[in-house]
Amino acid sequence: MSATIIVGVDGSEAGNRALSYAKRLATLIGDECVLELVCIVEWSPYTFQTHEENALRKKNRQEELNNANARVISPALKALEEAGIKGNGRVLHGKVAHLLNSIAVETNAEQIVVARSTEHGLSTRVFGSVTAHLVMSANVPVTVVS
Amino acid sequence: MKNFTILITALLSLLMMSLSSTVQAAEGIDATVNEVFGAATGWFVALIFAPIPGTSFPWIVLWLVTGASIFTLYFGFVQFRSIGHSIALVKGDYSNPNDAGEVSHFQALATALSGTVGLGNIAGVAVAVSIGGPGATFWMILAGLLGMASKFTECTLGVKYRNEYKDGSVSGGPMYYISKGFAEKGIPGGKLLAGLFAVFCILGSLGGGNMFQANQAHAQLTQVIGDYPGWITGVVFATLVFVVIVGGIKSIARVTDKVVPFMGILYVGAALIILIFNADKIGWAFGQIFTGAFTGLGVAGGLVGALIQGFKRAAFSNEAGVGSAAIAHSAVQTNEPITEGFVSLLEPFIDTVVICTMTALVIIITGQLVSDPQTGLYILNESGSILTADGSSGVALTSAAFGSTISWFPFVLAIAVILFAFSTMLSWSYYGLKAWTYLFGESKKMELTFKIIFCLFVVIGAASSLGPVIDFSDAAIFAMAVANIIGLYCLMPIVRKELTSYLARLKSGEIKKYKDIKK
Repeated sequence: MSATIIVGVDGSEAGNRALSYAKRLATLIGDECVLELVCIVEWSPYTFQTHEENALRKKNRQEELNNANARVISPALKALEEAGIKGNGRVLHGKVAHLLNSIAVETNAEQIVVARSTEHGLSTRVFGSVTAHLVMSANVPVTVVS
Repeated sequence: MKNFTILITALLSLLMMSLSSTVQAAEGIDATVNEVFGAATGWFVALIFAPIPGTSFPWIVLWLVTGASIFTLYFGFVQFRSIGHSIALVKGDYSNPNDAGEVSHFQALATALSGTVGLGNIAGVAVAVSIGGPGATFWMILAGLLGMASKFTECTLGVKYRNEYKDGSVSGGPMYYISKGFAEKGIPGGKLLAGLFAVFCILGSLGGGNMFQANQAHAQLTQVIGDYPGWITGVVFATLVFVVIVGGIKSIARVTDKVVPFMGILYVGAALIILIFNADKIGWAFGQIFTGAFTGLGVAGGLVGALIQGFKRAAFSNEAGVGSAAIAHSAVQTNEPITEGFVSLLEPFIDTVVICTMTALVIIITGQLVSDPQTGLYILNESGSILTADGSSGVALTSAAFGSTISWFPFVLAIAVILFAFSTMLSWSYYGLKAWTYLFGESKKMELTFKIIFCLFVVIGAASSLGPVIDFSDAAIFAMAVANIIGLYCLMPIVRKELTSYLARLKSGEIKKYKDIKK
């Protein structure tokens, strides 16, 4: 029986902290642990865009996927492989908290590991941070790495 | 960036050199532009608005209404049958989660609306009710409802026959569906008709999508800060448009695109507040609208006068049948072109049936139109329009109507008008550019040529008086509908085939809503 852990990564220092902690967990759990690395490009289908942005959206989306795979997922998977830890990676567009939880449910994961985000500004004060949303809405345990 | 700076400097120098030598005769520039422009475009306007022999009814208005009515009947009143499904599509109920990150139905609709919701809803409605009386509102609503079927047809075809290039970019619109669709069905003349549409689209983008906007923005500015020469507004607007469309300074476009929907909501909110304050008069206002629709209530031309104004302003506002929306909607991510048809039919509903009607109701309810208390008929001024409470017309009339209840609203409206005008100009610069590149090929040089022409027309539009500009704007927009609707007639069986297949699969459950992963 395998134990899947979802790890939110984005190439930032905070994302790397989450990945490091998840690697420690995987080492402790052993061979049956699989780390599912998820990089999410924040996206809402309800934003307002210009005509040019719409016309180029398909192209830009592909570039975003390629960049995230090249900059975030591939190096992280390589690091896992070197450490002898099983892992998969994916890049998705959408809302971070919603998608991390959806993937956790879909893969029957044991827990989600994310790092405390460094969001500031008015929207975070008014609507709360992504981490807070995830903690409040997740269906599986969430570990927030400081 | 260096090239961009050189280009901006070049344009500004060009404009300033041509204008600075005659700064002292600024009023003279406006008059000259007006005279030359009126003389140059008069024949075109006369041709497009020529009346049907023996009547005063312009053939082009009948052309649009007939088209919308035929599409309504041909597709079995699709606009009334499918509105619930349209809303579900916009909400994303049928969107594949794997397509996240692509252009959603909501985004395609919102972008298209940014090009249509604007001065047509504010100034155009004021023109309609001041010439055609409250009855024009009835015909405007009817045209909006029928126009939903035209929009459905053209946007379905826009997605079906769009060009998807190797680099992932997308181009669509009547020029593509006419040329490709005609070729597919073996109908001759597709390329010629598509070319004709592209020519009219360029004229429309320079007219209604540019000069009319600049003209009305200047009118609104003079209302707030006092009279000054129109070319000054034109140069400022032209520079801003230039910076966005040539310089690629997307931040300005993004700010505009974020603020415009907010302004739209604020406008509708203010109209609703005024209607609530005058709730006791709403019944009377609808009475005026219905009575005026069939009697004219004394307006020039009676019933026909009200009908012409209502249909003209509705078409100018929601652009149904014109073909511009097909360009805007074609970027959507969908494997079913018909779904964008369903979504696009909400556009005339929001634009005309909701927003235009609100403007008309506010003007009527706040008593801006002066009537004879004894006969109940409206009093006309020397130009044949209805006499208004303060003699205003166009944007100023709408501003006065809102200002009579919310004293500070004219200032908000002034900002809204300028933002709407700017946003509409950006949209039409895109439509015009697509038509231009269809005709002359996709190259940076060709794109730059069109963009510079577009900016120069901003100055001409702001410096002209309303008459010649509004006439040319109408004519250019309606001319697009001539080529587009011929194309739609020829290709509508393709849309019906798509509709029948889609509805059958929807009914059988083959097409389902994507549910969120169960928690």
